[in-house]
Amino acid sequence: MNTLLAITGLGVLCLLLEIANVRKAIIPLTIVGLLGTLGITVADYGKVESHYSNMIVTNDFSVSFSALFVVLGIFLIALSGDFYRDAQTKISDFVSIKLFMLAGAVAMVSFGNLSMFFLGIEVLSISLYILAASQRLNIRSNEAGMKYFLLGSFASGIILFGICLIYGAMGTFDIVEISELTGSAELPDWFFIGIVLLSIGMLFKIAAVPFHFWAPDVYEGSPTLTTALMSTLAKVVAMATFYKLLTGMNANIYYEYEIVIMVISIASMTVGNVMALRQASIKRMLAFSGVSHAGFMLMTLLNIKTSAGTLLYYASAYALAGIAAFAIVLYVTRNKSNEDTYNFNGLGKTRPVLAAVLTAALLSMAGIPVFAGFFAKFALFTSNIQAGYLIVVIAAVINSIISVGYYFKVILAMYTQEPTEDKKPVPFLFYAVGVVAILLNIAIGLYPSAVINLIK
Amino acid sequence: MGNILNEIGIENYIFLSVILFSIGVFGVLYRRNAIIVFMSIEIMLNAVNLLFVAFSTYHQDAQGQVFVFFSMAVAAAEVAVGLAIVVSIFRNLGSIDLDNLKNLKG
Repeated sequence: MNTLLAITGLGVLCLLLEIANVRKAIIPLTIVGLLGTLGITVADYGKVESHYSNMIVTNDFSVSFSALFVVLGIFLIALSGDFYRDAQTKISDFVSIKLFMLAGAVAMVSFGNLSMFFLGIEVLSISLYILAASQRLNIRSNEAGMKYFLLGSFASGIILFGICLIYGAMGTFDIVEISELTGSAELPDWFFIGIVLLSIGMLFKIAAVPFHFWAPDVYEGSPTLTTALMSTLAKVVAMATFYKLLTGMNANIYYEYEIVIMVISIASMTVGNVMALRQASIKRMLAFSGVSHAGFMLMTLLNIKTSAGTLLYYASAYALAGIAAFAIVLYVTRNKSNEDTYNFNGLGKTRPVLAAVLTAALLSMAGIPVFAGFFAKFALFTSNIQAGYLIVVIAAVINSIISVGYYFKVILAMYTQEPTEDKKPVPFLFYAVGVVAILLNIAIGLYPSAVINLIK
Repeated sequence: MGNILNEIGIENYIFLSVILFSIGVFGVLYRRNAIIVFMSIEIMLNAVNLLFVAFSTYHQDAQGQVFVFFSMAVAAAEVAVGLAIVVSIFRNLGSIDLDNLKNLKG
Protein backbone atom coordinates (compact mmCIF):
# COMPACT_ATOMS: atom_id res chain seq x y z
CA MET A 1 0.00 0.00 0.00
CA ASN A 2 2.68 2.49 1.08
CA THR A 3 4.79 1.42 -1.88
CA LEU A 4 2.03 2.27 -4.30
CA LEU A 5 1.47 5.72 -2.75
CA ALA A 6 5.20 6.48 -2.63
CA ILE A 7 5.78 5.55 -6.27
CA THR A 8 2.79 7.53 -7.52
CA GLY A 9 3.89 10.50 -5.42
CA LEU A 10 7.35 10.32 -6.96
CA GLY A 11 5.81 10.29 -10.43
CA VAL A 12 3.85 13.45 -9.71
CA LEU A 13 6.93 15.03 -8.10
CA CYS A 14 8.85 14.38 -11.32
CA LEU A 15 6.32 16.34 -13.33
CA LEU A 16 6.42 19.16 -10.76
CA LEU A 17 10.22 19.32 -10.92
CA GLU A 18 9.90 19.93 -14.65
CA ILE A 19 7.66 22.92 -13.95
CA ALA A 20 10.13 24.19 -11.32
CA ASN A 21 12.80 23.91 -14.04
CA VAL A 22 15.25 21.67 -12.19
CA ARG A 23 15.63 19.09 -14.93
CA LYS A 24 19.10 17.98 -13.88
CA ALA A 25 17.84 16.87 -10.48
CA ILE A 26 15.10 14.59 -11.78
CA ILE A 27 17.05 11.37 -12.21
CA PRO A 28 19.16 11.55 -9.01
CA LEU A 29 16.09 12.52 -6.97
CA THR A 30 14.01 9.74 -8.45
CA ILE A 31 16.69 7.17 -7.70
CA VAL A 32 16.97 8.37 -4.10
CA GLY A 33 13.18 8.35 -3.84
CA LEU A 34 12.97 4.83 -5.17
CA LEU A 35 15.65 3.67 -2.72
CA GLY A 36 13.47 5.14 0.04
CA THR A 37 10.47 3.34 -1.45
CA LEU A 38 12.46 0.12 -1.39
CA GLY A 39 13.00 0.69 2.32
CA ILE A 40 9.28 1.28 2.89
CA THR A 41 8.46 -1.86 0.94
CA VAL A 42 10.92 -4.03 2.83
CA ALA A 43 9.60 -2.64 6.15
CA ASP A 44 6.16 -4.03 5.23
CA TYR A 45 7.57 -7.54 5.02
CA GLY A 46 5.85 -10.02 7.30
CA LYS A 47 2.64 -7.99 7.63
CA VAL A 48 -0.67 -9.32 6.37
CA GLU A 49 -3.05 -6.42 5.83
CA SER A 50 -5.76 -5.30 3.47
CA HIS A 51 -6.69 -1.75 2.59
CA TYR A 52 -9.72 0.01 1.09
CA SER A 53 -12.19 -2.87 1.55
CA ASN A 54 -9.69 -5.43 0.33
CA MET A 55 -8.75 -3.60 -2.87
CA ILE A 56 -5.03 -3.79 -2.03
CA VAL A 57 -3.55 -6.55 0.10
CA THR A 58 -0.12 -6.63 1.67
CA ASN A 59 1.42 -10.04 2.20
CA ASP A 60 4.77 -11.73 1.70
CA PHE A 61 4.04 -12.38 -1.98
CA SER A 62 3.16 -8.81 -2.85
CA VAL A 63 5.96 -7.29 -0.75
CA SER A 64 8.67 -9.55 -2.19
CA PHE A 65 7.63 -8.98 -5.79
CA SER A 66 7.13 -5.23 -5.26
CA ALA A 67 10.66 -5.00 -3.85
CA LEU A 68 11.99 -6.79 -6.96
CA PHE A 69 10.09 -4.40 -9.25
CA VAL A 70 11.38 -1.34 -7.39
CA VAL A 71 14.96 -2.63 -7.72
CA LEU A 72 14.48 -3.17 -11.45
CA GLY A 73 12.87 0.27 -11.69
CA ILE A 74 15.94 1.87 -10.07
CA PHE A 75 18.22 0.24 -12.63
CA LEU A 76 16.02 1.23 -15.57
CA ILE A 77 15.74 4.86 -14.43
CA ALA A 78 19.49 5.03 -13.82
CA LEU A 79 19.99 4.02 -17.47
CA SER A 80 17.53 6.67 -18.74
CA GLY A 81 19.82 9.64 -18.13
CA ASP A 82 22.24 8.84 -20.92
CA PHE A 83 19.75 7.05 -23.17
CA TYR A 84 17.55 10.14 -23.52
CA ARG A 85 20.52 12.56 -23.84
CA ASP A 86 19.09 13.91 -27.13
CA ALA A 87 15.68 14.51 -25.57
CA GLN A 88 16.70 16.23 -22.33
CA THR A 89 13.70 18.54 -22.49
CA LYS A 90 11.36 15.55 -22.24
CA ILE A 91 13.27 13.68 -19.54
CA SER A 92 10.59 14.30 -16.91
CA ASP A 93 7.96 12.70 -19.16
CA PHE A 94 10.04 9.58 -19.71
CA VAL A 95 10.92 9.18 -16.04
CA SER A 96 7.39 9.85 -14.78
CA ILE A 97 5.86 7.44 -17.30
CA LYS A 98 8.28 4.79 -16.04
CA LEU A 99 7.27 5.57 -12.45
CA PHE A 100 3.55 5.33 -13.24
CA MET A 101 4.26 2.05 -14.99
CA LEU A 102 5.95 0.85 -11.83
CA ALA A 103 2.86 1.89 -9.85
CA GLY A 104 0.76 -0.24 -12.23
CA ALA A 105 3.14 -3.14 -11.68
CA VAL A 106 2.86 -2.88 -7.89
CA ALA A 107 -0.94 -2.65 -8.15
CA MET A 108 -0.92 -5.81 -10.25
CA VAL A 109 0.88 -7.98 -7.69
CA SER A 110 -0.92 -6.61 -4.66
CA PHE A 111 -4.51 -6.60 -5.93
CA GLY A 112 -7.25 -8.01 -3.76
CA ASN A 113 -10.03 -7.23 -6.20
CA LEU A 114 -10.25 -7.89 -9.92
CA SER A 115 -10.98 -4.23 -10.67
CA MET A 116 -7.63 -3.28 -9.11
CA PHE A 117 -5.97 -5.97 -11.20
CA PHE A 118 -7.56 -4.59 -14.37
CA LEU A 119 -6.53 -1.00 -13.56
CA GLY A 120 -2.99 -2.15 -12.77
CA ILE A 121 -2.57 -4.07 -16.00
CA GLU A 122 -3.94 -1.14 -18.01
CA VAL A 123 -1.71 1.43 -16.31
CA LEU A 124 1.27 -0.82 -17.06
CA SER A 125 0.25 -1.49 -20.66
CA ILE A 126 -0.67 2.07 -21.62
CA SER A 127 2.65 3.35 -20.26
CA LEU A 128 4.42 0.69 -22.30
CA TYR A 129 2.57 1.64 -25.50
CA ILE A 130 3.77 5.22 -25.06
CA LEU A 131 7.34 4.18 -24.34
CA ALA A 132 7.43 1.76 -27.28
CA ALA A 133 6.36 4.48 -29.70
CA SER A 134 8.38 7.21 -27.99
CA GLN A 135 10.85 7.79 -30.84
CA ARG A 136 8.29 9.78 -32.75
CA LEU A 137 10.30 10.32 -35.94
CA ASN A 138 11.55 6.76 -36.22
CA ILE A 139 9.20 4.62 -38.30
CA ARG A 140 10.41 1.40 -36.67
CA SER A 141 9.51 2.72 -33.24
CA ASN A 142 6.09 3.83 -34.55
CA GLU A 143 5.49 0.41 -36.00
CA ALA A 144 6.51 -1.33 -32.79
CA GLY A 145 4.23 0.96 -30.80
CA MET A 146 1.31 0.34 -33.13
CA LYS A 147 1.74 -3.44 -33.11
CA TYR A 148 2.12 -3.50 -29.35
CA PHE A 149 -0.89 -1.23 -28.92
CA LEU A 150 -3.14 -3.35 -31.14
CA LEU A 151 -2.13 -6.68 -29.63
CA GLY A 152 -2.09 -5.26 -26.11
CA SER A 153 -5.55 -3.73 -26.25
CA PHE A 154 -6.85 -6.87 -27.97
CA ALA A 155 -5.49 -8.87 -25.03
CA SER A 156 -6.97 -6.35 -22.58
CA GLY A 157 -10.37 -6.83 -24.22
CA ILE A 158 -10.09 -10.58 -23.77
CA ILE A 159 -9.01 -10.16 -20.12
CA LEU A 160 -11.96 -7.84 -19.52
CA PHE A 161 -14.37 -10.39 -20.98
CA GLY A 162 -12.83 -13.04 -18.74
CA ILE A 163 -13.29 -10.84 -15.67
CA CYS A 164 -16.89 -10.17 -16.72
CA LEU A 165 -17.75 -13.86 -17.00
CA ILE A 166 -16.12 -14.60 -13.65
CA TYR A 167 -18.16 -11.77 -12.13
CA GLY A 168 -21.26 -13.19 -13.74
CA ALA A 169 -20.60 -16.57 -12.21
CA MET A 170 -19.59 -15.38 -8.76
CA GLY A 171 -21.35 -12.06 -8.26
CA THR A 172 -18.23 -10.50 -6.77
CA PHE A 173 -14.84 -9.14 -7.80
CA ASP A 174 -13.18 -9.93 -4.52
CA ILE A 175 -10.43 -12.51 -5.01
CA VAL A 176 -10.86 -14.03 -1.53
CA GLU A 177 -14.62 -14.47 -1.96
CA ILE A 178 -14.10 -15.94 -5.43
CA SER A 179 -11.53 -18.32 -4.00
CA GLU A 180 -14.04 -19.48 -1.37
CA LEU A 181 -16.85 -19.83 -3.91
CA THR A 182 -14.76 -22.04 -6.21
CA GLY A 183 -15.09 -24.74 -3.57
CA SER A 184 -18.87 -24.91 -3.96
CA ALA A 185 -20.34 -27.77 -5.93
CA GLU A 186 -22.24 -26.16 -8.80
CA LEU A 187 -20.26 -23.61 -10.78
CA PRO A 188 -21.75 -22.15 -13.95
CA ASP A 189 -19.89 -22.87 -17.19
CA TRP A 190 -19.21 -19.15 -17.57
CA PHE A 191 -16.71 -19.33 -14.77
CA PHE A 192 -14.48 -21.76 -16.64
CA ILE A 193 -14.81 -19.84 -19.90
CA GLY A 194 -13.84 -16.75 -17.91
CA ILE A 195 -10.71 -18.42 -16.55
CA VAL A 196 -9.72 -19.56 -20.04
CA LEU A 197 -10.17 -16.04 -21.46
CA LEU A 198 -8.24 -14.52 -18.56
CA SER A 199 -5.43 -17.02 -19.12
CA ILE A 200 -5.32 -16.25 -22.86
CA GLY A 201 -5.01 -12.55 -22.13
CA MET A 202 -2.25 -13.07 -19.58
CA LEU A 203 -0.36 -15.43 -21.92
CA PHE A 204 -0.46 -12.63 -24.51
CA LYS A 205 1.13 -10.31 -21.97
CA ILE A 206 3.89 -12.72 -20.95
CA ALA A 207 4.44 -13.74 -24.62
CA ALA A 208 4.08 -17.50 -24.22
CA VAL A 209 4.00 -19.54 -27.35
CA PRO A 210 0.79 -19.48 -29.29
CA PHE A 211 0.56 -15.78 -28.42
CA HIS A 212 4.21 -14.74 -28.77
CA PHE A 213 4.27 -13.50 -32.39
CA TRP A 214 4.19 -9.82 -31.44
CA ALA A 215 7.21 -10.02 -29.14
CA PRO A 216 10.16 -10.12 -31.60
CA ASP A 217 8.82 -7.28 -33.78
CA VAL A 218 7.94 -5.07 -30.84
CA TYR A 219 11.22 -5.75 -29.03
CA GLU A 220 13.24 -5.01 -32.16
CA GLY A 221 11.47 -1.80 -33.11
CA SER A 222 11.16 -0.20 -29.68
CA PRO A 223 13.90 2.04 -28.29
CA THR A 224 16.45 -0.25 -26.62
CA LEU A 225 15.72 0.96 -23.10
CA THR A 226 12.02 0.19 -23.59
CA THR A 227 12.99 -3.26 -24.85
CA ALA A 228 14.97 -3.75 -21.65
CA LEU A 229 11.91 -2.68 -19.68
CA MET A 230 9.53 -4.98 -21.53
CA SER A 231 11.78 -8.02 -21.44
CA THR A 232 12.63 -7.75 -17.76
CA LEU A 233 10.07 -5.80 -15.73
CA ALA A 234 6.90 -6.25 -17.80
CA LYS A 235 7.42 -9.97 -18.27
CA VAL A 236 8.13 -10.65 -14.62
CA VAL A 237 5.13 -8.55 -13.54
CA ALA A 238 2.76 -10.37 -15.89
CA MET A 239 4.07 -13.75 -14.77
CA ALA A 240 3.71 -12.95 -11.05
CA THR A 241 0.18 -11.65 -11.62
CA PHE A 242 -0.79 -14.72 -13.63
CA TYR A 243 0.50 -16.86 -10.77
CA LYS A 244 -1.49 -14.89 -8.21
CA LEU A 245 -4.67 -15.01 -10.33
CA LEU A 246 -4.50 -18.76 -10.75
CA THR A 247 -3.85 -19.21 -7.04
CA GLY A 248 -6.97 -17.18 -6.32
CA MET A 249 -9.14 -18.96 -8.88
CA ASN A 250 -8.01 -22.47 -7.93
CA ALA A 251 -7.84 -23.26 -11.65
CA ASN A 252 -4.90 -25.60 -11.26
CA ILE A 253 -6.91 -28.29 -9.49
CA TYR A 254 -8.34 -29.33 -12.86
CA TYR A 255 -6.28 -31.93 -14.69
CA GLU A 256 -7.15 -30.51 -18.14
CA TYR A 257 -5.82 -27.11 -17.16
CA GLU A 258 -2.54 -28.62 -16.06
CA ILE A 259 -2.16 -30.38 -19.43
CA VAL A 260 -2.69 -27.05 -21.20
CA ILE A 261 -0.07 -25.34 -19.04
CA MET A 262 2.38 -28.19 -19.67
CA VAL A 263 1.91 -28.00 -23.44
CA ILE A 264 2.25 -24.20 -23.50
CA SER A 265 5.33 -24.36 -21.29
CA ILE A 266 7.11 -26.95 -23.47
CA ALA A 267 6.06 -25.18 -26.68
CA SER A 268 7.29 -21.79 -25.40
CA MET A 269 10.67 -23.17 -24.45
CA THR A 270 11.19 -25.05 -27.70
CA VAL A 271 9.90 -22.44 -30.15
CA GLY A 272 11.67 -19.61 -28.31
CA ASN A 273 15.03 -21.37 -28.30
CA VAL A 274 14.88 -22.71 -31.86
CA MET A 275 13.88 -19.33 -33.27
CA ALA A 276 16.54 -17.54 -31.20
CA LEU A 277 19.25 -19.65 -32.84
CA ARG A 278 18.78 -17.98 -36.21
CA GLN A 279 18.45 -14.31 -35.22
CA ALA A 280 21.06 -11.78 -36.30
CA SER A 281 19.78 -8.90 -34.17
CA ILE A 282 20.55 -9.24 -30.48
CA LYS A 283 17.25 -7.60 -29.54
CA ARG A 284 15.30 -10.23 -31.49
CA MET A 285 17.49 -12.91 -29.96
CA LEU A 286 16.76 -11.67 -26.45
CA ALA A 287 13.06 -11.47 -27.37
CA PHE A 288 12.95 -15.14 -28.28
CA SER A 289 15.10 -15.97 -25.28
CA GLY A 290 12.45 -14.16 -23.23
CA VAL A 291 9.77 -16.37 -24.81
CA SER A 292 11.68 -19.46 -23.73
CA HIS A 293 12.17 -18.07 -20.21
CA ALA A 294 8.42 -17.46 -20.06
CA GLY A 295 8.07 -21.18 -20.74
CA PHE A 296 10.38 -21.97 -17.83
CA MET A 297 8.47 -19.64 -15.52
CA LEU A 298 5.16 -21.26 -16.53
CA MET A 299 6.51 -24.50 -15.06
CA THR A 300 5.98 -22.98 -11.60
CA LEU A 301 2.22 -23.00 -12.26
CA LEU A 302 2.22 -26.80 -12.23
CA ASN A 303 2.75 -27.09 -8.49
CA ILE A 304 1.23 -23.77 -7.64
CA LYS A 305 0.81 -24.33 -3.91
CA THR A 306 4.51 -24.40 -3.10
CA SER A 307 6.41 -22.71 -5.89
CA ALA A 308 5.88 -18.98 -5.22
CA GLY A 309 9.41 -18.72 -3.83
CA THR A 310 10.85 -20.51 -6.84
CA LEU A 311 9.02 -18.14 -9.18
CA LEU A 312 10.39 -15.13 -7.28
CA TYR A 313 13.90 -16.56 -7.46
CA TYR A 314 13.70 -17.41 -11.16
CA ALA A 315 12.19 -14.02 -11.95
CA SER A 316 14.91 -12.15 -10.02
CA ALA A 317 17.69 -14.18 -11.62
CA TYR A 318 16.30 -13.67 -15.12
CA ALA A 319 15.48 -9.99 -14.68
CA LEU A 320 18.82 -9.05 -13.10
CA ALA A 321 20.73 -10.86 -15.84
CA GLY A 322 18.51 -9.15 -18.41
CA ILE A 323 19.22 -5.70 -16.95
CA ALA A 324 22.97 -6.35 -16.94
CA ALA A 325 22.87 -7.61 -20.55
CA PHE A 326 20.80 -4.66 -21.74
CA ALA A 327 23.11 -2.14 -20.03
CA ILE A 328 25.92 -3.43 -22.29
CA VAL A 329 23.68 -3.67 -25.35
CA LEU A 330 22.69 -0.02 -24.75
CA TYR A 331 26.37 0.99 -24.70
CA VAL A 332 27.33 -1.02 -27.79
CA THR A 333 24.38 0.05 -29.93
CA ARG A 334 24.66 3.72 -28.99
CA ASN A 335 24.37 5.79 -32.21
CA LYS A 336 23.99 2.62 -34.30
CA SER A 337 21.19 2.00 -36.76
CA ASN A 338 20.88 -1.71 -35.97
CA GLU A 339 21.60 -4.15 -33.15
CA ASP A 340 23.24 -7.01 -35.06
CA THR A 341 25.71 -9.31 -33.35
CA TYR A 342 28.71 -8.04 -35.37
CA ASN A 343 28.56 -4.78 -33.38
CA PHE A 344 29.89 -6.80 -30.45
CA ASN A 345 33.04 -7.93 -32.30
CA GLY A 346 36.16 -7.47 -30.19
CA LEU A 347 34.39 -5.98 -27.17
CA GLY A 348 36.52 -8.30 -25.03
CA LYS A 349 39.66 -6.42 -26.15
CA THR A 350 38.38 -2.84 -26.14
CA ARG A 351 36.14 -2.97 -23.05
CA PRO A 352 37.04 -6.06 -20.98
CA VAL A 353 34.82 -5.18 -18.00
CA LEU A 354 31.70 -4.64 -20.10
CA ALA A 355 32.39 -7.80 -22.06
CA ALA A 356 32.79 -9.74 -18.81
CA VAL A 357 29.45 -8.39 -17.50
CA LEU A 358 27.64 -9.34 -20.72
CA THR A 359 29.26 -12.79 -20.69
CA ALA A 360 28.20 -13.32 -17.08
CA ALA A 361 24.64 -12.17 -17.84
CA LEU A 362 24.30 -14.49 -20.83
CA LEU A 363 25.80 -17.41 -18.89
CA SER A 364 23.29 -16.76 -16.11
CA MET A 365 20.43 -16.86 -18.60
CA ALA A 366 21.81 -20.07 -20.09
CA GLY A 367 22.01 -21.60 -16.61
CA ILE A 368 25.74 -22.07 -15.96
CA PRO A 369 26.71 -22.53 -12.27
CA VAL A 370 27.89 -19.75 -9.96
CA PHE A 371 25.29 -17.46 -11.54
CA ALA A 372 21.75 -17.29 -10.19
CA GLY A 373 20.24 -18.63 -13.42
CA PHE A 374 21.63 -22.08 -12.71
CA PHE A 375 20.27 -22.30 -9.19
CA ALA A 376 16.92 -20.95 -10.35
CA LYS A 377 16.63 -23.69 -12.94
CA PHE A 378 17.88 -26.22 -10.39
CA ALA A 379 15.20 -25.26 -7.85
CA LEU A 380 12.54 -25.22 -10.56
CA PHE A 381 13.47 -28.66 -11.89
CA THR A 382 13.73 -30.18 -8.41
CA SER A 383 10.28 -28.99 -7.37
CA ASN A 384 8.75 -30.21 -10.65
CA ILE A 385 10.37 -33.64 -10.40
CA GLN A 386 9.08 -33.97 -6.84
CA ALA A 387 5.60 -33.10 -8.07
CA GLY A 388 5.93 -35.75 -10.79
CA TYR A 389 6.12 -33.69 -13.98
CA LEU A 390 9.11 -35.50 -15.47
CA ILE A 391 8.27 -34.81 -19.14
CA VAL A 392 8.34 -31.04 -18.66
CA VAL A 393 11.66 -31.25 -16.82
CA ILE A 394 13.23 -33.37 -19.58
CA ALA A 395 12.08 -30.88 -22.21
CA ALA A 396 13.41 -28.02 -20.07
CA VAL A 397 16.85 -29.63 -19.69
CA ILE A 398 17.12 -30.22 -23.46
CA ASN A 399 16.10 -26.62 -24.03
CA SER A 400 18.70 -25.30 -21.59
CA ILE A 401 21.35 -27.08 -23.67
CA ILE A 402 20.00 -25.60 -26.94
CA SER A 403 19.99 -22.12 -25.41
CA VAL A 404 23.75 -22.28 -24.75
CA GLY A 405 24.19 -22.25 -28.55
CA TYR A 406 22.87 -18.76 -29.20
CA TYR A 407 24.21 -17.19 -26.03
CA PHE A 408 27.71 -18.38 -26.97
CA LYS A 409 27.37 -16.85 -30.43
CA VAL A 410 27.53 -13.40 -28.83
CA ILE A 411 30.24 -14.41 -26.36
CA LEU A 412 32.41 -15.80 -29.18
CA ALA A 413 31.92 -12.63 -31.22
CA MET A 414 33.17 -10.58 -28.27
CA TYR A 415 36.31 -12.58 -27.58
CA THR A 416 37.45 -14.16 -30.87
CA GLN A 417 36.71 -11.44 -33.46
CA GLU A 418 38.86 -8.39 -34.08
CA PRO A 419 37.40 -5.04 -33.00
CA THR A 420 35.93 -3.04 -35.86
CA GLU A 421 36.00 0.37 -34.25
CA ASP A 422 37.82 2.47 -31.69
CA LYS A 423 36.94 2.78 -28.03
CA LYS A 424 34.01 4.98 -27.19
CA PRO A 425 33.65 6.60 -23.77
CA VAL A 426 31.38 4.63 -21.44
CA PRO A 427 28.83 6.60 -19.39
CA PHE A 428 29.49 5.88 -15.73
CA LEU A 429 25.92 4.75 -15.01
CA PHE A 430 26.06 2.04 -17.68
CA TYR A 431 29.11 0.62 -15.95
CA ALA A 432 27.51 0.94 -12.55
CA VAL A 433 24.17 -0.63 -13.53
CA GLY A 434 25.81 -3.52 -15.39
CA VAL A 435 28.24 -4.33 -12.60
CA VAL A 436 25.76 -3.93 -9.73
CA ALA A 437 23.09 -6.00 -11.50
CA ILE A 438 25.48 -8.84 -12.20
CA LEU A 439 26.90 -8.71 -8.66
CA LEU A 440 23.36 -8.95 -7.27
CA ASN A 441 22.76 -11.87 -9.60
CA ILE A 442 25.87 -13.66 -8.31
CA ALA A 443 24.95 -12.78 -4.70
CA ILE A 444 21.51 -14.37 -4.92
CA GLY A 445 23.20 -17.24 -6.76
CA LEU A 446 25.42 -17.84 -3.72
CA TYR A 447 22.54 -17.63 -1.23
CA PRO A 448 19.50 -19.02 -3.07
CA SER A 449 17.60 -19.89 0.10
CA ALA A 450 17.58 -16.23 1.16
CA VAL A 451 15.27 -15.43 -1.77
CA ILE A 452 13.37 -18.70 -2.14
CA ASN A 453 12.28 -18.69 1.52
CA LEU A 454 10.97 -15.12 1.35
CA ILE A 455 7.49 -16.39 0.45
CA LYS A 456 6.27 -19.09 2.75
CA MET B 1 -35.57 -3.60 -13.93
CA GLY B 2 -35.46 -7.10 -12.54
CA ASN B 3 -38.67 -8.03 -14.35
CA ILE B 4 -37.32 -7.09 -17.76
CA LEU B 5 -34.24 -9.16 -17.12
CA ASN B 6 -36.38 -12.11 -16.07
CA GLU B 7 -38.50 -11.85 -19.20
CA ILE B 8 -35.55 -11.63 -21.57
CA GLY B 9 -33.29 -14.01 -19.67
CA ILE B 10 -29.63 -13.54 -18.78
CA GLU B 11 -28.58 -16.04 -21.48
CA ASN B 12 -29.76 -13.75 -24.24
CA TYR B 13 -27.67 -10.93 -22.84
CA ILE B 14 -24.66 -13.22 -22.86
CA PHE B 15 -25.34 -14.30 -26.45
CA LEU B 16 -25.70 -10.69 -27.59
CA SER B 17 -22.45 -9.73 -25.88
CA VAL B 18 -20.61 -12.70 -27.32
CA ILE B 19 -21.83 -11.81 -30.82
CA LEU B 20 -20.75 -8.18 -30.42
CA PHE B 21 -17.42 -9.26 -28.96
CA SER B 22 -16.83 -11.64 -31.88
CA ILE B 23 -17.65 -8.88 -34.38
CA GLY B 24 -14.97 -6.82 -32.66
CA VAL B 25 -12.46 -9.67 -32.73
CA PHE B 26 -13.00 -10.32 -36.44
CA GLY B 27 -12.73 -6.61 -37.13
CA VAL B 28 -9.33 -6.49 -35.43
CA LEU B 29 -8.15 -9.57 -37.30
CA TYR B 30 -9.41 -8.74 -40.81
CA ARG B 31 -9.62 -4.98 -41.28
CA ARG B 32 -6.44 -3.15 -42.26
CA ASN B 33 -7.39 0.46 -41.62
CA ALA B 34 -6.09 1.58 -38.24
CA ILE B 35 -9.19 3.63 -37.39
CA ILE B 36 -11.53 0.73 -38.14
CA VAL B 37 -9.35 -1.56 -36.04
CA PHE B 38 -9.69 0.95 -33.17
CA MET B 39 -13.44 0.95 -33.60
CA SER B 40 -13.43 -2.85 -33.46
CA ILE B 41 -11.49 -2.78 -30.19
CA GLU B 42 -14.08 -0.33 -28.84
CA ILE B 43 -16.86 -2.73 -29.87
CA MET B 44 -15.10 -5.50 -27.95
CA LEU B 45 -14.83 -3.38 -24.81
CA ASN B 46 -18.38 -2.09 -25.05
CA ALA B 47 -19.77 -5.58 -25.54
CA VAL B 48 -18.16 -6.45 -22.23
CA ASN B 49 -19.58 -3.29 -20.61
CA LEU B 50 -23.07 -4.33 -21.70
CA LEU B 51 -22.58 -7.73 -20.13
CA PHE B 52 -21.26 -6.16 -16.93
CA VAL B 53 -24.43 -4.12 -16.57
CA ALA B 54 -26.62 -7.15 -17.30
CA PHE B 55 -24.80 -9.25 -14.72
CA SER B 56 -24.95 -6.39 -12.25
CA THR B 57 -28.74 -6.35 -12.50
CA TYR B 58 -28.87 -10.14 -12.44
CA HIS B 59 -26.95 -10.26 -9.14
CA GLN B 60 -28.66 -7.12 -7.72
CA ASP B 61 -25.16 -5.81 -7.03
CA ALA B 62 -23.77 -2.39 -7.95
CA GLN B 63 -20.11 -3.44 -8.27
CA GLY B 64 -20.53 -4.42 -11.90
CA GLN B 65 -21.83 -1.01 -12.86
CA VAL B 66 -18.95 0.70 -11.08
CA PHE B 67 -16.54 -1.50 -12.97
CA VAL B 68 -18.06 -0.23 -16.22
CA PHE B 69 -16.95 3.28 -15.27
CA PHE B 70 -13.42 2.04 -14.73
CA SER B 71 -13.34 0.22 -18.01
CA MET B 72 -14.77 3.20 -19.92
CA ALA B 73 -12.14 5.52 -18.44
CA VAL B 74 -9.42 3.03 -19.28
CA ALA B 75 -10.73 2.58 -22.84
CA ALA B 76 -10.69 6.34 -23.36
CA ALA B 77 -7.08 6.59 -22.15
CA GLU B 78 -6.11 3.67 -24.36
CA VAL B 79 -7.65 5.17 -27.48
CA ALA B 80 -6.00 8.53 -26.76
CA VAL B 81 -2.61 6.84 -26.82
CA GLY B 82 -3.53 4.78 -29.87
CA LEU B 83 -4.64 7.83 -31.84
CA ALA B 84 -1.39 9.59 -30.94
CA ILE B 85 0.54 6.65 -32.39
CA VAL B 86 -1.63 6.73 -35.51
CA VAL B 87 -0.91 10.45 -35.97
CA SER B 88 2.84 9.89 -35.74
CA ILE B 89 2.59 7.02 -38.25
CA PHE B 90 0.58 9.22 -40.61
CA ARG B 91 3.23 11.94 -40.39
CA ASN B 92 5.96 9.48 -41.30
CA LEU B 93 4.21 7.35 -43.91
CA GLY B 94 1.29 9.44 -45.18
CA SER B 95 -1.12 6.55 -44.66
CA ILE B 96 -2.69 4.61 -41.83
CA ASP B 97 -2.96 1.28 -43.61
CA LEU B 98 -1.58 -1.38 -41.28
CA ASP B 99 -0.24 -3.36 -44.26
CA ASN B 100 2.39 -0.64 -44.74
CA LEU B 101 3.94 -1.51 -41.39
CA LYS B 102 6.38 -4.15 -42.58
CA ASN B 103 9.78 -2.80 -41.58
CA LEU B 104 10.32 -5.29 -38.78
CA LYS B 105 11.03 -8.78 -40.07
CA GLY B 106 13.68 -11.24 -39.03
